[in-house]
Amino acid sequence: MTIADTQPHMQSTEEIGTAWGRMVAKRRFYTVLGLVILIAAFVSSVRFADESNAGHFFDRLPHLFDFLSWLIPKDWNDVWRALFDIASVNDKGGEEFNFDKGRVYVWGAFYIPEYFELMIVTINVALISTIVAFVFAVPLSFFAARNLTRSWPLRVFTKRLMEFLRAFPEIVIAGLFSAILSIGPVAAIIAITLHTIGALGKLFYEVAENIDMKPHEGMKAVGANWWERVRFAALPQVLPNFTSYALLRLEINVRASTIIGAVGGGGIGEELKLSISRGFGAKTMALVLLLFVTIVAVDQFSAWLRRRLVGEQAFLLQH
Amino acid sequence: MTVIDANRMNEIEARYPDYFHRSFRQRFGGLMILIATLLYSLYAVWFFDLPKLFAEAHWERVGIYLSQWVSYDVQPEFRIEDDGSIEVRYPRFSPLGDNPHPDWLVNNPDGSITVSISGTSRTVTVSKNKTIVTAHGVSVPVEVSSGAPKVIGPVPGWMTVYDDNVLADLGFAGNVSISVDRVKIRKRFIGWANFIFDTQSSFFDKPAGEVIGLIISGPRIKPDQSNLSLAFDDIWNNSEWQHGDVWTKLFQTIVMAFLGTLLGSLAAFPLAFMAARNITPNRLLNQILKRFFDFLRSVDMLIWALFLTRAFGPGPLAGSGAIFLTETGTLGKLYSEGLENIDNKPREGIQSTGAQTVLVHRYGIMPQIVPVIVSQTLYQWESNVRGATIIGAVGAGGIGLKLWEAMRTNANWENVAYMVILILIVVFLFDAASNALRHRLMGTKAH
Repeated sequence: MTIADTQPHMQSTEEIGTAWGRMVAKRRFYTVLGLVILIAAFVSSVRFADESNAGHFFDRLPHLFDFLSWLIPKDWNDVWRALFDIASVNDKGGEEFNFDKGRVYVWGAFYIPEYFELMIVTINVALISTIVAFVFAVPLSFFAARNLTRSWPLRVFTKRLMEFLRAFPEIVIAGLFSAILSIGPVAAIIAITLHTIGALGKLFYEVAENIDMKPHEGMKAVGANWWERVRFAALPQVLPNFTSYALLRLEINVRASTIIGAVGGGGIGEELKLSISRGFGAKTMALVLLLFVTIVAVDQFSAWLRRRLVGEQAFLLQH
Repeated sequence: MTVIDANRMNEIEARYPDYFHRSFRQRFGGLMILIATLLYSLYAVWFFDLPKLFAEAHWERVGIYLSQWVSYDVQPEFRIEDDGSIEVRYPRFSPLGDNPHPDWLVNNPDGSITVSISGTSRTVTVSKNKTIVTAHGVSVPVEVSSGAPKVIGPVPGWMTVYDDNVLADLGFAGNVSISVDRVKIRKRFIGWANFIFDTQSSFFDKPAGEVIGLIISGPRIKPDQSNLSLAFDDIWNNSEWQHGDVWTKLFQTIVMAFLGTLLGSLAAFPLAFMAARNITPNRLLNQILKRFFDFLRSVDMLIWALFLTRAFGPGPLAGSGAIFLTETGTLGKLYSEGLENIDNKPREGIQSTGAQTVLVHRYGIMPQIVPVIVSQTLYQWESNVRGATIIGAVGAGGIGLKLWEAMRTNANWENVAYMVILILIVVFLFDAASNALRHRLMGTKAH
């Protein structure tokens, strides 16, 4: 909003000057008011969070490094030994250093280290749930796109369904299915898949709504039906973007499968949670290292593939 | 479609060679990806052992759990004493309270008791010698006077006979277990029992009009407390639904997301200026900061949450810290990308007037970047409200842990439903509010 919009009749410099002054004063007032509200909310939230926490911030702050100190193993080689399941010289029968016990023998003396196997489970959870969600999200997104689906009840229903899937707490689905299917990674797969359908569906239909409608019109002119129009006019335009978003989602799902795993879905998350809560320094270091390397690798690979698919066009992170 | 003759077809083919003579990769690439995906899916089916898992799954539990989300049951027990009288007992924490006199339980003149499981079509009549179960159009008497319960006549499909008891399954309405000296009935009701007042409350089992009357003008139930505050206390501290605790935990989740996102945004803001290569020309510093953001993001929210719960103990402080660390990474990346995409002309213009760096940033960059920053931050806040329920379940405070515990007991599915509904409401409200705010700030119309 400029001054000319609100007061088009004003002519003299002085009038413009005072009007400008008033506008600036008003804006400043709103800025200050917003800041005051934000600071008040911030201060009260900090106090609330501090009060309802088990240990208080300033009491525990000096101990922050005590707890970090157990992470630093006495023998740095233990980290490698934990990662590759090599027997440790520090093993005295406890669980902290029993690295060689976790080996998964594949063939003869050849084994996969325990944590690598768990990481494979976690990655498979992420990959299969992204693939299944992709298969469901593509048709749903066409039903939700304004330019492709004329019937508004179908459109609204699909959109609400996707919103619902996105907002429904994943741990509830994981918990429900681990009660039905017994504890294991499949409950996590279902939970992540349902969430991903909602998340991808939203991104997909926004892409589908922005396509060039000329091929669509051309198909319509030669008498193609809805399926043919979507298949030959819409799908080729949106597929690179769809794939790119699916890859982005894969990155997010690798993290999500770790988290869901920690609340009873198996995989590396559960092991990490146990290791941290029992205070096994070397094991935790090994797990975090493995997780860090894997996530960076997945991120880099998917970024590379996305650049090849849709060029340098940047995609924002979306959850 | 119209018909094209051969000449015309050849002509078209000659004119657009790249559409008709495509390389092997162009022609079969899509198909190969599809085949690879299918093969991978088969591998995944084998890897997770899906056929066995689905065969052994307890699918019947789906119905049971889902019905428990919206219903509750009462389990009266009928003991047949030696003198022939029948004593009715309810469990200690029955939803009917300490002194139940339900109208679905009728004492007959001959000393027997008739319980209506579902209207008059499904009833159970308990008497000294036998129990008669009426359902699905038939009445089946079960004789209990001898050593073991014995079904008289043919055994219907919905009844199972064991050595020392007979189980009658009456579907959703409930079930009956008959043994020699006692009959246990489970009767199921739709709805959430005692949602407002629990059985210990003075207002329990009173009709709404009477409760309102008591609150407005009734005599004090407890002399040192007004009825209004007593009623509020009773609702807030409802032992079955724990409204107070649930709402506090939900608020904790929102606060966690708010604090984490706000602090992350404050930390990311100056760092993003240093990470943007067009603003800070130092390549090394840019790269170090960008990798630092990557590190914060890829050492996941879960790991930060687990570490911080060890340091600060379980609670929202640990959750806020975890969100703060992850958000610094996420927002730092998003802000620095936003800064790298700004129009450099305003900056150059201000620089050419000889202004200080701070002023160049204030007037050359800020007006362009503020809408981007606010919109991304709001989006992340909203997304974190959703995500914070999960890290709550590993001990970082908030409603997540409560939700997880309610599911683990396998009995409180109605509490799970309550919390899920609250979370959904909060998420939808945040979604709408943040959308509206974002569109106002960006000056675009919401759709």
